[in-house]
Amino acid sequence: MPSDKFLEVIDLRKVFSVSGGFRNKSADVVAVDDISFSIRKGETWGLIGESGSGKTTTGRMILGLEHVTSGHIVVDGHETTNLTGERMRKMRQKVQVVFQDSGSAFNPRLPVGPQVGAPLRRFKLCDAKEATRRVLELLEKVGLDESHYDRYIHEFSGGQRQRLGIARALTTDPEFLVLDEPTAALDVSVQAQVLNLLKDIQEERDLTMLLITHHLALVEHMCASAGVLYNGRFAEQGPVDQLLHNPQSEVTKKLLDAVLEPKAA
Amino acid sequence: MLEIKHLSVDFHTDGGVVHAVKDVSTTVGEGEIRGLVGESGSGKSVTSMTILGLLGTRRAKVSSGEILLNGTNLLKMSQKELVKIRGRQIGLVSQNALSALDPSFTIGSQMIEVIRLHQKLSKSDAYEEAVRSLERVGMPDPPQKLRAYQHQLSGGQRQRVVIAMALAARPKLLLADEPTTALDATVQKQILDLLLEINRDLGTAILMVTHDFGVVSHMCDSVTVMRKGRVVEQGSADQVLKAPEHPYTQSLISSVPKLHLDDTARTVPRAERRLHVFQEA
Amino acid sequence: MNTVTGTPPAVDSAGERTAATPAQKTGPQPAESTTRPSRLLLALRAFMRDRMAAVAAGILILTIAVALFAPILSPYDPTIGDSERRLEGLGSAGHLLGLDGQGRDILSRLIWGTRYSLSVAVFPVLIVLPIALLIGLIAGYLKGRVGATLMRLLDVLFAFPLVLLAIALAAVLGAGFGNVMLAISISLIPYLARVAYTSTVQESSREYVEAARAGGARTPEILFKELLPNVVSPLLVYATTLCGLMVVLAAGLSFLGVGIIPPTPDWGIMTADGASVLLEGYAHVATIPGFAILVVALSFNLLGDGVRDALDPRKQTT
Repeated sequence: MPSDKFLEVIDLRKVFSVSGGFRNKSADVVAVDDISFSIRKGETWGLIGESGSGKTTTGRMILGLEHVTSGHIVVDGHETTNLTGERMRKMRQKVQVVFQDSGSAFNPRLPVGPQVGAPLRRFKLCDAKEATRRVLELLEKVGLDESHYDRYIHEFSGGQRQRLGIARALTTDPEFLVLDEPTAALDVSVQAQVLNLLKDIQEERDLTMLLITHHLALVEHMCASAGVLYNGRFAEQGPVDQLLHNPQSEVTKKLLDAVLEPKAA
Repeated sequence: MLEIKHLSVDFHTDGGVVHAVKDVSTTVGEGEIRGLVGESGSGKSVTSMTILGLLGTRRAKVSSGEILLNGTNLLKMSQKELVKIRGRQIGLVSQNALSALDPSFTIGSQMIEVIRLHQKLSKSDAYEEAVRSLERVGMPDPPQKLRAYQHQLSGGQRQRVVIAMALAARPKLLLADEPTTALDATVQKQILDLLLEINRDLGTAILMVTHDFGVVSHMCDSVTVMRKGRVVEQGSADQVLKAPEHPYTQSLISSVPKLHLDDTARTVPRAERRLHVFQEA
Repeated sequence: MNTVTGTPPAVDSAGERTAATPAQKTGPQPAESTTRPSRLLLALRAFMRDRMAAVAAGILILTIAVALFAPILSPYDPTIGDSERRLEGLGSAGHLLGLDGQGRDILSRLIWGTRYSLSVAVFPVLIVLPIALLIGLIAGYLKGRVGATLMRLLDVLFAFPLVLLAIALAAVLGAGFGNVMLAISISLIPYLARVAYTSTVQESSREYVEAARAGGARTPEILFKELLPNVVSPLLVYATTLCGLMVVLAAGLSFLGVGIIPPTPDWGIMTADGASVLLEGYAHVATIPGFAILVVALSFNLLGDGVRDALDPRKQTT
């Protein structure tokens, strides 16, 4: 049955067991507590929360980087919960990630060009020469230069590093992008450029995006719908125009209250 | 009270000389809260670190200018004299509370050490003072916190301790270098409100180094905008925010995604919204 | 009234906050290079910036040259002695460094001794390095049962003090140059493997490893393409300092009579021979080889810092 839902998360739960000595169940940490939400194709969905809310853990579970304790993740109609081996790798072609700190998400001892093109090689999507060509094309697309192919990550500024992270995420032509605080460490002007770039790319490729952040203005700018996570549970979720301007829960209201913004000119 | 006059600071690197601060002049009056705003490379942190002689690298040199604290030039002082200024007349609240606190000692022992450094008190009197100062910064259950170690406190609590320690000697001026960047938004507002309270109740002036105009609008009386080592614009916070004159200031304010959009901006569909990017004239 | 000062500079490159932790020192950002010299050249330049390491490298290169050209450089046969001129001191006719207790030329023995000292210092480390790297990588990344078992096996070897283990193995294997090297090699495995292991564990939790997994990398690729370049550097630095230790260890072993058979010219044996005549008042026989051991061991140690700098991509600026 065709659905315009690209991502569906159903009763997702993550429990971290505290190791050591005798297993004390009451010491287990419930990071994500049976949450459900869905994202429509081509939409940008905001997962809002402060630190400790469980938003990063949720993102990692969707990416298959964290084992799911219980619940389901359905990507484009296929169940992807706790996939292993080849099926997981196939999923990774479609679902990509841009990390908060691309500086540490790149290997410091390898040049960045081959790292951006690595997914192409791993999934055998084309030969080496073609891979290099595509990477150079992508570098230009994100506003970098061909000469940057052989450089090392420490030679780049924060904004350039994020662009590299975005380029790498786009290499396999994914349908879904998870972005974890993609501009948190960036200067204002660079942030503006990177956000504009993301919007351009989304428009071009009809990407579905999950934006994980605590920055409410960013959600207002980028997302059609969003949910507020608190202590592993949703305090509230819905269309952003409703959520941010007519909040129902105390959590959301507190977050809105904490936003410091110069009054509109 | 604090006057920075034509300050220039150079860094001598392997690749040549970098002019981190170029001919910067600004002031902080008694009881005033001034924001020092800029992006990275603007020289704002270097400027504030130079006030206390904390540049920390032998390659940094003040090539010209004066920093006058109530008429005395801080730049001409020896390290010994500067030590007397630090803490007593000018307090420092830095970005990373983790680096300001020693993980091997309890909070209490560190606070008592700082208090006794500036006031002649016995250990038990200093303890009482520590409890009072934690209360003043809104810390719940001070005696328990004094027994705790740095890693047992949350980020916001650590920052409160750092502020309490910075205030131990009742300095007239606090240098706050991005003190809330690493904190959650709700905690950030609490810390900033705490600083506002301190300014109101104790009359402490604050030089607030930040990149966030939201912070400026929330708490600053005046603001100085820096770019690439120079001052680009300065004036009262209200004026600069309402009617910025320099295009760089204008773009800093407008390039940020906004939560509260005016009606014309709101009519643009989200997919088409783009942020303004500063273009050199 | 706002005050607006200054004209905007000619070129725009908006200042950017580097994605670094808040504890980063304030200061200028690294300059970007336009034309890039080769990596090897940059590594060498970074190495040369450490003066001590450069001097140490010079000394070691000289020592290697002496070892290679020993037959040409050595004025006399190191094993044949003129018993009538035994124990002549420094600067005697025809013998710059004097003669030892059996009338053998000390300079010749010193020159020939470089071959044995260097071999025993370097070869075991070189042989064990890839083995230790493999063990460390697998145990450090996979952890679980495989990792735990491997490390427990190593702990058995760790339990024996290095010197005792080397002596015991040499005694079991018998005398001879090759056996000494084998004994030392086996004794070294846990030390190098442990360094590789802890380094791997540290790197495994870094974000780029996760990014590789998220990008579809399988375990062998993560081990050898992502982790290895980052683990091999600290391991190499450790290995160079280990070489210094091995010079001393090997000399110590032959001093104790384990391994090298006389009249093979080896600095350890030379020191042992010298010890017996020390009380008779002849200091040069023991001190000269002792000094050589010191210089070579120290050079290896100082080399380590330079190697670390050379391998650090961040230090490789033009």
